[in-house]
Amino acid sequence: MAKIQLNGKKISIKSNFSIYELLKKYKLNNKKIAIEYNGVIIPKAKFKNKFLKNNDRLEIVHFIGGG
Amino acid sequence: MSKDILYIANKKLKSRLIVGTGKYKNFSETAKAVQASGADMVTVAVRRVNITNKKKPILTDYLSPKKIIFLPNTAGCFSSEEALRTLRLAREMGGWKLVKLEVLGDKKTLFPNMIETIKSTKVLVKEGFKVMVYCTDDPLLARKLEDVGASAIMPLASPIGSGLGIQNKTNISIIIKQSKVPVIVDAGIGTASDATIAMELGCDGVLINSAIANSKKPILMARAFKDAVISGRNSFIAGRMKKNFFASPSSPEEGLI
Repeated sequence: MAKIQLNGKKISIKSNFSIYELLKKYKLNNKKIAIEYNGVIIPKAKFKNKFLKNNDRLEIVHFIGGG
Repeated sequence: MSKDILYIANKKLKSRLIVGTGKYKNFSETAKAVQASGADMVTVAVRRVNITNKKKPILTDYLSPKKIIFLPNTAGCFSSEEALRTLRLAREMGGWKLVKLEVLGDKKTLFPNMIETIKSTKVLVKEGFKVMVYCTDDPLLARKLEDVGASAIMPLASPIGSGLGIQNKTNISIIIKQSKVPVIVDAGIGTASDATIAMELGCDGVLINSAIANSKKPILMARAFKDAVISGRNSFIAGRMKKNFFASPSSPEEGLI
């Protein structure tokens, strides 16, 4: 188990869980999102081999309506 | 009439109306209003995805960036750091390089912080972004933005969401005359005639959100804005008549009985 912060909320995930797997868990289409991992933007190509560990901070963003 | 097409950073726009996608009742209304407006470009904001409700509809279910140009913005950012972070994430999302920068300076007026705005524009241009910049209607600062590489100058008509229309036509006119990049009036337009006035001044385009979304019938208002922008542009190109102090009869005096 690992405890991470996802979009400001604390969640628990299995250990050795990749960003790719996390996106699948939340049914998020990687074409429509961008991710910041501990303050650094992660290219989509690295989602599969970026594994999450305790206290990681993840921000997943997408486009919403705005002026 | 020969083709009158607007180019922003080499992107071809058939419509001179850019619309925002915020404040609508729901996404279906957003999509219908965008369609009625005839806009080729819409502004979108970058926010956290909703991780607690996976079934909640999202904007891209209703508007496709394949069919309409998405212009990511930095609405709500009060510092250069926040704005840069937002636009770098937008670029990562799908290669967006053409972006709208706004760095706000005051919660009550939402006036832009021009010092931070100029600073951010410089950084973004260096990183390869094409930046359309929300700014005050100060001609000197507008020129400064152009000097640091802005792709379009977007002076406010009046405060964001105020609907007060163009408050300083003189300044907007000066900015239009001095700029080599497109000038898009952004923020504060209240109704269709305000957009016509902006276009008659010679603006290259207008950006509208609240005036459409907050009207009683947004889809009809979107159409009204489409017509208003076309009318204003045609009127500008046609060139208005000279103003005279005294009357001049419209019917010939010859042959009067």
